[in-house]
Amino acid sequence: MRYLAPASVDEAVSALAAEPGKTGILAGGTDLLVQMKTGLIEPDLIVDIKKINDLNAIRRENGGFRIGAGVSGAQMGEHAELARAWPGVVESVNLIGSTQIQGRATAAGNLCNASPAADSVPALIAASAVASVAGPGGTREIAVEDFIAAPGQSVLEKGEIVVSLFLPSRPEHASDAYERFIPRTEMDIAVVGVGISVDTSAEGEVKNARVGIGAVAPTPLLVNEAADAIVGTKLDEEALERCASAAMAACSPINDKRGTIDFRIKVAGALAKRVAKRAYCRARG
Amino acid sequence: MSNIHVSATVNGDAVEFLCEPDESLLDSLRDRLALTGSKEGCGTGDCGACSVVLDGRLVCSCLVLGAEADGRTIETIEGVADGDDLHPLQQKFLDHAALQCGICTPGFLVAAKALLERNPDPDETEIRYWLAGNLCRCTGYDKIVRAVMDAAEEMRQ
Ligand SMILES: Cc1cc2nc3c(=O)[nH]c(=O)nc-3n(C[C@H](O)[C@H](O)[C@H](O)COP(=O)(O)OP(=O)(O)OC[C@H]3O[C@@H](n4cnc5c(N)ncnc54)[C@H](O)[C@@H]3O)c2cc1C
Ligand code: FES
Ligand code: FES
Repeated sequence: MRYLAPASVDEAVSALAAEPGKTGILAGGTDLLVQMKTGLIEPDLIVDIKKINDLNAIRRENGGFRIGAGVSGAQMGEHAELARAWPGVVESVNLIGSTQIQGRATAAGNLCNASPAADSVPALIAASAVASVAGPGGTREIAVEDFIAAPGQSVLEKGEIVVSLFLPSRPEHASDAYERFIPRTEMDIAVVGVGISVDTSAEGEVKNARVGIGAVAPTPLLVNEAADAIVGTKLDEEALERCASAAMAACSPINDKRGTIDFRIKVAGALAKRVAKRAYCRARG
Repeated sequence: MSNIHVSATVNGDAVEFLCEPDESLLDSLRDRLALTGSKEGCGTGDCGACSVVLDGRLVCSCLVLGAEADGRTIETIEGVADGDDLHPLQQKFLDHAALQCGICTPGFLVAAKALLERNPDPDETEIRYWLAGNLCRCTGYDKIVRAVMDAAEEMRQ
């Protein structure tokens, strides 16, 4: 195995594209190094992207936020402006692992690892986040909801890397929230995770909404029907019930040691209501 | 495999070592630099026995490559005491009997020190959440939490 820590995106892309064997991109390493240690993957080349300066910062852009692919969860949590604009995204990233894991794990790595249960992904979907990708053929933008193809598999082609995630600007009276269900209070994998972003009028009517759900299907989902259920309402009980039913209808989960199919579906409905209320309360200040 | 040459600062000292490309920082510290205070409990980020501070961030050294340390600053348990003078956290762990077998202790001390540097007056909940990535099979945690609270109080004076 070779280890490279290039200083630019172009160098990283060239090295990855030129490698005939298996490659691994090292951001925080909290998935990659575990997978190597347990023998799940045996890369021939590892490209560490954290020596690329641009990738280690959070920048303002067009009123939104560009989060470099090397930015850790801890850095996101400490960014007061980001936490104010996108509290749901930040709380979803900060739920990943322990303090030690937060010091390293990135949101981009959480997305690229492509787990159905990745905590930040439903919140990023709700936030309309877009991944900026660089590759041998140039750059492209991929909406987060289109990024994961199957469990453990993203739509990235050979030689491509995620350079940053972009979160759009926030109008007034808008906010988001993320919650997951786990059997413990810390350090566990989501049984269900729900992220919701809402944008409301001055009078408190929901103008736009996005609902992302994780761990209940082979890939995290954007559930438009659940969002439509609350648009045009002030989040009355009936709208919440319709939102929950739509969330439950979108689920096609598996049975495993963390939860049965029935349990996961039920929890998805309960969380959809709870998270919608939290996002709405935040939006209303 | 060709070895990689790494220059880093460990506990304030400039160090150089050669490591294999897939070697963890934990193995480099223990096997190349003979700093065996950091322990391997799991090797997969779950137990925190390997905790070190890398460029000011608390991390699991089992989930960092030795090669990544090039040009960076690392603080380990060996740098916590000041010569023969124990750090208040170390003294309070002894006073409160906050250890039994001791395997988890270096990781708890490094993690607790990082907490108190950020927040000199944490409440019990903050301490328990901050230390949730450090596992102890012996003490039941309570004595560890008391020791950290007591050390924090002493350090504030
Ligand atoms: C103890 C522990 C607890 C955890 N708890 C949680 C949890 O609660 N919730 C959760 O969702 N996850 C959890 N995880 C998993 C992991 O921490 C997260 O998925 C994390 O966000 C991964 O980010 P990373 O930067 O460490 O990725 P890495 O391990 O560096 O990379 C992950 C994968 O993505 C690829 N990759 C990384 N960056 C890029 C890029 N810029 N472009 C293209 N490909 C890239 C890598 O090649 C690799 O395949 C936990 C892990 C551990 C060890
Ligand atoms: S040995 Fe690193 S976390 Fe357990
Ligand atoms: S004292 Fe034995 S594991 Fe903590």
